[in-house]
Amino acid sequence: MRTTTVVVGAGQSGLAMSQLLSARSIDHIVLERDEVAHAWRSERWDSLRTLTPNWQCRLPGHGYAGDDPDGFMTALEVANFITDYAKATAAPVLSGTTVLSVRRADDGYLVATDQGAWHCRTVVLASGAFNRPKVPAVAGAVPSGITTLTPFDYRNPDQLGEGGVMVVGASATGVQIAAELRRSGREVVVSVGEHVRGPRAYRGRDIHWWMEAAGVLDERYDEVDDIVRARRVPSMQLAGSDERSTFDLNALTRSGVQLVGRLAGINDGRAQFSGSLRNKCELADLKLGRLLDTIDDWAVASGTGDGLPAPHRFEPTAVDAAPRLDLDLRSGEIETVIWATGFRPDYSWLEVPVLDDKGAVRHDGGVVDSPGMYLIGTPFLRRRKSSFIDGSRADAEDLVCELTSFLDNRASRRATQHH
Amino acid sequence: MTTTDTPVDNGVNVEALLGARTALTGAPEAAQFQWRASCEWQNGTHSRSTVEGFFGLGEEQRHRTRHSFDADHPEIFASQDNGVTPVEYVLVALASCLTAGVAAVAQNRDIQLRSVSATIEGAMDVRGILGADSDVRNGYSDIKVTYKVDADASPDDIKALVAQSQKRSAVYDIITNPTNVSVEVS
Repeated sequence: MRTTTVVVGAGQSGLAMSQLLSARSIDHIVLERDEVAHAWRSERWDSLRTLTPNWQCRLPGHGYAGDDPDGFMTALEVANFITDYAKATAAPVLSGTTVLSVRRADDGYLVATDQGAWHCRTVVLASGAFNRPKVPAVAGAVPSGITTLTPFDYRNPDQLGEGGVMVVGASATGVQIAAELRRSGREVVVSVGEHVRGPRAYRGRDIHWWMEAAGVLDERYDEVDDIVRARRVPSMQLAGSDERSTFDLNALTRSGVQLVGRLAGINDGRAQFSGSLRNKCELADLKLGRLLDTIDDWAVASGTGDGLPAPHRFEPTAVDAAPRLDLDLRSGEIETVIWATGFRPDYSWLEVPVLDDKGAVRHDGGVVDSPGMYLIGTPFLRRRKSSFIDGSRADAEDLVCELTSFLDNRASRRATQHH
Repeated sequence: MTTTDTPVDNGVNVEALLGARTALTGAPEAAQFQWRASCEWQNGTHSRSTVEGFFGLGEEQRHRTRHSFDADHPEIFASQDNGVTPVEYVLVALASCLTAGVAAVAQNRDIQLRSVSATIEGAMDVRGILGADSDVRNGYSDIKVTYKVDADASPDDIKALVAQSQKRSAVYDIITNPTNVSVEVS
């Protein structure tokens, strides 16, 4: 079977590209191993909501049309939003089609699937950045008898025994799950490494409103000092909630969660925590200060600050004078360990030599290091907001131009060759 | 930010460091270093350690001169005080590493340092090393470092310098995280 473009993945990124390809009459299909927005439907916990307010969930030609623009959709609502988009754009999605391999072939690529193979000139990798949980090697040393879960396994507190929980990781996933488990009455310990602190609201506006208005979310990949580092920055400690609560470490501490340093090792059943907790918290506090400085400066320059509550800063993160450095996992204090230690993409099916030694795709702002191949939907791909829904929209608009130019150049080269 | 137009100079060749970082990103073998010391017992708790050579960038390297370090226990430990205690060397190591880091980060961030001084205090319950109480650890229960920095920068920027120095410090990592140590008899 032949087409011009194969898009791998029918999530928000793949569908954004699809709509723009359709608008340019570029023949394409969207291959989806399950159904549209599968990851939103099936791969996260029950209470997950967007980190970004609903008004900021924009896809090409399609925005949030519900009655709570300042609220935060649930994962299921996002899945429906994306599914509605697929219908509204008549996206050529082939569901239940798993990509087995993508290889270079003749004048493009050969995409083998469990429903047959496709020849195409161009490929868009829209399979997502968060396909698998990252679990540290130290997980192998957790004593048997302790239940361990990843964010892919965790659904809600009722799944767990009543005993204590150690949540490893304090970025968006970790703080949300820790807060939820603490509300359920369990003892919770959170192991904290590098993290990004952020309030839900500042001076009466949502933090994402500020970041968009002040241009922070549009910062370009080729304008930051160290893009490799910037792409590894973890998700801000945010959650979407009706109460617009802030989920920083102080909020966790006030609710009775115990903070410990980064999990540095497990020896003989004893978990060891780094003595660097104070430094990690200070780095996060300083980084938040810089973000709020940027916001306040922009508010002055744009006149937006007039009439808003005055600038202020948040309480420094409170850290115990002597945080505990170890925890005996055999003592019964902890019954469950949840690895909120990040996610990674799965490119096991990508048989084109575009992966670096860390398994990441080599690309320049989404233009992959293989002719006619594009990547979309990964953190800071082209912009700071690239992994957000609105980022998929903006990046798709750029990348469809790249793809179109590529096809046009190919066509004109072919045309000149025939003379 | 400087008050005059003279370029910031904290004495750190940041271009060389950044160049090394780029060069070594793709060359992990060249980045493998081995630091060394040898130690000779003198008498009692007194030993003398020497540092001369190390391995890095693919070959054996040498310091400009050979350095010697006497270590001992103090008189109140019924010893001779021929040198500082090993645990004091650790405090020196941490302070040195963090201070070098402050200078490097300041250079990289175009901040002129005028003076940087640190005091460092390590609390220790000696019942640990005396074997008098197995609930007491041998090492420090707490280490506190206090920096006084005079620089052309805001208090937040200075705090950020010191925080970043910890983030990239070898000795800070060695002390705050576990490290495998094997000791053999040949």
